[in-house]
Amino acid sequence: MATHNLTRVVTGLAKKNLPACLLKRTSINSFVVTKRHATHFKFYPDPPPIDCGPTEKMNLFQSLTSAMDISLSSDPTTLVFGEDVAFGGVFRCTVDLKEKYGQDRVFNTPLCEQGIAGFAIGAAVAGSTVVAEMQFADYIFPAFDQIVNEAAKYRYRSGGLFECGKLTIRSPCGVVGHGGLYHSQTPEAHFAHAAGLKIVIPRSPIQAKGLLLACVRDDNPCLFFEPKILYRAAEEDVPVGDYTLPLGKAEVVRLGHDVTMIGYGTQVHVLKEVAEMAHDELGISCEVIDLVTITPWDEEAVCKSAAKTGRVIVSHESSLTGGFAAEIASTIQKECFLNLEAPVERVCGYDTPFPHILEPYFIPDKWRCFEAVKNVTNY
Amino acid sequence: MSVGRFINCAAIKAAYVSAFRQTFHGAAISAVRYKSTTPQSEDQLGMKIIGGPRSFINKLEFLEPKLEDAIPIYRVYDTEGKILDGTQDPKLSEDVLHQMYHSMIMLNTMDEVMYSAQRQGRISFYMTNYGEEASHIGSAAALDKRDLVFGQYREAGVLVWRGFTLDEFMDQCYANVNDPAAGKQMPVHYGSRDLNFVTISSPLATQMPQASGAAYALKRTHPGLCVICYFGEGAASEGDAHAAFNFAATLDAPCLFFCRNNGYAISTPAHEQYRGDGIAARGSGYGMITIRIDGNDVLAVYNATKKARQIAIEESRPVLIEAMTYRVGHHSTSDDSTAYRAKEEIEEWTSGDNPINRFKFYLINERQCWDEERDKALAAECKKQVLKAFTAAEKRKKPSPSLLFTDVYDDLPPNLVKQRQEMVDHLGKYSKHYPLDDHEPV
Ligand SMILES: Cc1ncc(C[n+]2csc(CCOP(=O)(O)OP(=O)(O)O)c2C)c(N)n1
Ligand SMILES: Cc1ncc(C[n+]2csc(CCOP(=O)(O)OP(=O)(O)O)c2C)c(N)n1
Ligand SMILES: [Mg+2]
Repeated sequence: MATHNLTRVVTGLAKKNLPACLLKRTSINSFVVTKRHATHFKFYPDPPPIDCGPTEKMNLFQSLTSAMDISLSSDPTTLVFGEDVAFGGVFRCTVDLKEKYGQDRVFNTPLCEQGIAGFAIGAAVAGSTVVAEMQFADYIFPAFDQIVNEAAKYRYRSGGLFECGKLTIRSPCGVVGHGGLYHSQTPEAHFAHAAGLKIVIPRSPIQAKGLLLACVRDDNPCLFFEPKILYRAAEEDVPVGDYTLPLGKAEVVRLGHDVTMIGYGTQVHVLKEVAEMAHDELGISCEVIDLVTITPWDEEAVCKSAAKTGRVIVSHESSLTGGFAAEIASTIQKECFLNLEAPVERVCGYDTPFPHILEPYFIPDKWRCFEAVKNVTNY
Repeated sequence: MSVGRFINCAAIKAAYVSAFRQTFHGAAISAVRYKSTTPQSEDQLGMKIIGGPRSFINKLEFLEPKLEDAIPIYRVYDTEGKILDGTQDPKLSEDVLHQMYHSMIMLNTMDEVMYSAQRQGRISFYMTNYGEEASHIGSAAALDKRDLVFGQYREAGVLVWRGFTLDEFMDQCYANVNDPAAGKQMPVHYGSRDLNFVTISSPLATQMPQASGAAYALKRTHPGLCVICYFGEGAASEGDAHAAFNFAATLDAPCLFFCRNNGYAISTPAHEQYRGDGIAARGSGYGMITIRIDGNDVLAVYNATKKARQIAIEESRPVLIEAMTYRVGHHSTSDDSTAYRAKEEIEEWTSGDNPINRFKFYLINERQCWDEERDKALAAECKKQVLKAFTAAEKRKKPSPSLLFTDVYDDLPPNLVKQRQEMVDHLGKYSKHYPLDDHEPV
């Protein structure tokens, strides 16, 4: 655009229009940091897994970067892409990867989720390992057709001639305190209905890294939903080297004998705190299970615990109706009917969209879960 | 983004599209024809099946997009506000000009206050409109206020022009009791039934095919009105954008597609969003009349939108407008744009091609209807009003938690009645753990 040397007719406004905020560098580049409220949960870090070598303090987004770094360095076909991925991603999960591996392997795509999914599937069908990012899980729906009709069914429809097992789609999910309708959702239930996909939700940096690498190497298309509130809030000593954690295996994160509480992602931390509250205030012993993998899910671990305690609470942020808790509850009543001392209780988001300012009343917070513990034990 | 050639006196029917039409028909006449068939019947066959006449060439030639063919940018005044071709000055009345300028300053002032409010943690989120004021006000002023607006999120100026009050802006951002959506959406997701501005939704480009459908419906029920759909050059990459263009074109919907090409989609520069000549170049592919304009020239935006509106309504067809501008602010309060663009780049646009300054230069030098003193007074007055609305909005309570369940459906179905009761009972038992004091009673 042509530049001019004419003196400004007036200068006052020109200066005024220069937003001062632009000139001082703010330390943020993530959606989560603008949070005003105290978080609704307390993060419970785990000790590092044994036999996985030296560790480093990492938060959840850094542990994901580390996983992608390992995939990029150990597998020359690995590609990492999505909207704004090149500069490090809006949540900083891909920082420095482009600089390290070049922009033919780590790159921005045009702003189009259906394109990202289709492109990713195609690259996986052609034999490349793909880690594609959907900027928010709330924006994955334009890609629903590609994921549900294509990725999930590739192997089945071709008798294994073609498949996209090398595909992993990662996406930030979950409530953050102020996300409203479109920066809060976890669409696990929508995708759980599509046979052929694996769906994984980590609760911690250690898990995130080991599970993401497991997804990347698993021979099935995987959806990896990352609770974005944990990106910075969750820190652990994470092994710097290569390791994987098993898919399809739930984890008992607290042993107990009166009540079983099942969740995944951030909700596991809510449930852990509730277990402490139940112990301290009610003298009730709660077992807490992190489901980890939504599909295919670990029925055996869940039913074993349900049979032991006879009282079960399933909890997730997503809405109650048609939520994955319904699937778990129905399996439990079928498999453990005679062991149950109370109906399986579901503590979930209400059947509304995620509200912005009313979020504290919507979420299955520790007080609603605590009340459920009382309900199942007093039944 | 390198902004290319400018045209100053375009007959607004875009140069590009009329050129396209000429060659389209011209080729049919002058092409060396495949001898044995009768051109007449062949063309009829072509019209019937592929929707246009067919012509043939006997040399193998691929079409290569050429830089020289880039669509020029329509502009009325230069960066100093100097009119380039007298015939193009719409010669708006001083009243209208002042109203336009006032809206731009008000928008700018509101952005400054709300941006700092977010930085201080008083609201959760904000998006500024810095640098795009002219494209908002120029287009809004050219419309009939009954024309339906489908926006993306960075078009607050359109609302300012239509008379959305500062209280309404602030109440939405503060998610307080006066927000018609009961604080359900994040800040800047405004909407107004009275002002024919459909409530903003975060998922990008979803409003675009909706705008086509709305235009189709309006044409039948309210002839003489049209729809304007705003979208970013990033959103234009979504599948919905294609659907929108194709539906509006094939179904003859009077829809103005107004692309704000501000060079970035968060960190992604426009040149990573598309190859080819931007968004405007797509118009002809859909058979849409198209123009590219200087989005920082409020009069160019005004002229183009006004004429486009006339074409859309009279000829019952969509029009594509690509306004070239620059996103001066960070993408949002969650973003730090210095991580992906040079400070010099921002400064160049802020001082070299500032839409507010350019308009002001025009008012002062070309129209002699503005001066420094009035400018200062206006700035002070805007600031005063914004701060007043801001303080009032901050004091208002948040909506009742019960409203969580309203507007999911027209009425509360049994499951929600039950769930609302559960919530009320729960809050009865655990009230001290919830910020109930901030809210209206349950
Ligand atoms: C997404 C989708 N929508 C609708 C259909 C149903 N359908 C099957 S073929 C067809 C027409 C396709 O026309 P065209 O692409 O021109 O291919 P042609 O049949 O002419 O070879 C339709 C609507 C489909 N298969 N998939
Ligand atoms: C479907 C969808 N995908 C991703 C996002 C996240 N997102 C919000 S704004 C934005 C960039 C939009 O850029 P553009 O359309 O150019 O508008 P601008 O911000 O420049 O005004 C992105 C990627 C979203 N809101 N919706
Ligand atoms: Mg843009």
